[in-house]
Amino acid sequence: MNQLKAFILKEIFHILRDRKTLLVLFGIPVAQIILFGFALSNEVKNTRLLVCDQAHDSYSALLTSRLDASRYFDVTGYTENPEKGLADLRAGTAHMVVVIPQDFAGKLDHGNEANIQLLTDGTNPNLAATIQLYVQAIVNDFRNDMYGKPDLPYEIGVSPRMLYNPQLKGSYTFVPGVMAMVLMIICTLMTSVSIVREKELGNMEMLLVSPMNPMTAIFSKAVPYLMLSLLLVTVILILSVTVLEVPIRGNILLLYLVSFVFIITSLSFGLAISTVTNSQQVAMLISLMGLMLPTLMFGGFMFPIENMPLPLQVVSNIVPAKWFYYSINDIMIKGLGLSAVYQRVLLLIGYSAVFLAISFRNFKIRLA
Amino acid sequence: MSTALLDTWSIETRDLTKKFGDFTAVDRISFKVGKGEIFGFLGANGAGKTTAMRMLTGLLNPTSGSAFVAGYNIATDPESVKRNIGYMSQKFSLYQDLRVWENIEYYGGLYGMSLKEIREATGRMMEDLGMNAEKNVLVSELPLGWKQKLAFSIAIMHHPGIVFLDEPTGGVDPITRRQFWNMIYQTAREGITIFVTTHYMDEAEYCERVAIMVDGKIEAIGKTSELKSAYHAGSMDEVFYLLARGATRSE
Repeated sequence: MNQLKAFILKEIFHILRDRKTLLVLFGIPVAQIILFGFALSNEVKNTRLLVCDQAHDSYSALLTSRLDASRYFDVTGYTENPEKGLADLRAGTAHMVVVIPQDFAGKLDHGNEANIQLLTDGTNPNLAATIQLYVQAIVNDFRNDMYGKPDLPYEIGVSPRMLYNPQLKGSYTFVPGVMAMVLMIICTLMTSVSIVREKELGNMEMLLVSPMNPMTAIFSKAVPYLMLSLLLVTVILILSVTVLEVPIRGNILLLYLVSFVFIITSLSFGLAISTVTNSQQVAMLISLMGLMLPTLMFGGFMFPIENMPLPLQVVSNIVPAKWFYYSINDIMIKGLGLSAVYQRVLLLIGYSAVFLAISFRNFKIRLA
Repeated sequence: MSTALLDTWSIETRDLTKKFGDFTAVDRISFKVGKGEIFGFLGANGAGKTTAMRMLTGLLNPTSGSAFVAGYNIATDPESVKRNIGYMSQKFSLYQDLRVWENIEYYGGLYGMSLKEIREATGRMMEDLGMNAEKNVLVSELPLGWKQKLAFSIAIMHHPGIVFLDEPTGGVDPITRRQFWNMIYQTAREGITIFVTTHYMDEAEYCERVAIMVDGKIEAIGKTSELKSAYHAGSMDEVFYLLARGATRSE
């Protein structure tokens, strides 16, 4: 037991003395949280709107001020000339032009019907579709406020509500994604590189000629990374709750349990990598290509898996991060319990077993 | 295995062979090393030195033949072998980012020494090496010669019966090398067998007996003085050249 303690301490010294790496380790999640949370958001904010107001009456002024008040839009100018609107769309100075027809108020009050034209820059289809919906919503609100609910006999009302993430905040998907990424970097990349470094420097040889069971030494190598990972999970969770205002709706212990299992999976993958190569560069390359890239592509948080062609969807199933990501999403955002995620957790445990078996087998071969 | 053998010989191999596929890295080598002897294992790169040493230290299983190290069979009881040997690799294998005493503690732990034993050994070692002031220094800040001496002291801190030195003086200046060999003599006088591989032939002169490996076989074995007279050579360098020039293998 004393031995194990000494070994674990030694690994902690290694990690603590490598200040630069440590800085990177804690810098990555913080930077990612901030980047993904604020800069790389796929929400639409401050869309440049040109109002082509041909009515100039009180109704059109009211509608315009409502559009401007929305945090999704910035009214960048007014014009009467639709040609100017088209020119602005071409130049990109406007994302959308709202054309309010002549005699807007009169048509509404007396004719009961007025049409507003929305000209949208369709070169970015996602943006165009989103902002059209936003304007429609604002116009509907405006109409309802002016005339109350239309009193038609056969109306089917659709009242959509986005559950779990009513504001469609991007950070809700990024937080579990960042967690998957960071854990993978630490557990797989760092662990495999640090074990392979022992081989490169000849320390592994010393270990193998000693009476020590090499598995004990490797186990003691994994422990500090496990602790470091749990610490980083905590940092990420604190950042997400305080800075990004992402809620933790489920059981926090369950959240940690799932993270723990995923950490073990990543550690055993790192271990498996370290048994097949003798060079730090190769270990790093395998970690990056074999894990980071598939994690980004198929993890589910960058590109929606549901939109992929079937073969790729099948491929995505073998990426462990996907199962971690879905589980964290279910627990954190939806507030689901163990019954919702236990199958994925079992799958992750299965992965760990396979990776550990591979490492163990390769280790034996090396000693033959 | 008779107990008499145990008492006399530190290492004894009989037709020890290692094949990797069709390639015979070590070809039926047989030799004995006495207790407290300084035994040099010479050979050009690729001659099979390292493979032979790996078998003797329990890192590789022999394909055929047998070997006893410190009285234990390397094929059937490698764990006992490991407990009774020390090993120093040519890379010294100290952790550069750990302090001197942390390295000592780690390697002491590898050999199952208690913390108390390690502390005592550390104190003695620092005294002997004159490194009391450097106990808390990171190994990366030590000069190469000191690292080498420290690595050797660590290799014998658990009082093994035999210590294996794999090209221990690579890249070290002649004065430090001389000092290092003084440490080796001191250790041998304490009854620890020294098994050293080298390709520095002036170092071979320091050994009591040497074996010269060529293409996986032992071409010559004996006291350095005997070998020199047998081959009518003035130095071990000449002996080695006479034997190794016919070698067909190289790395």
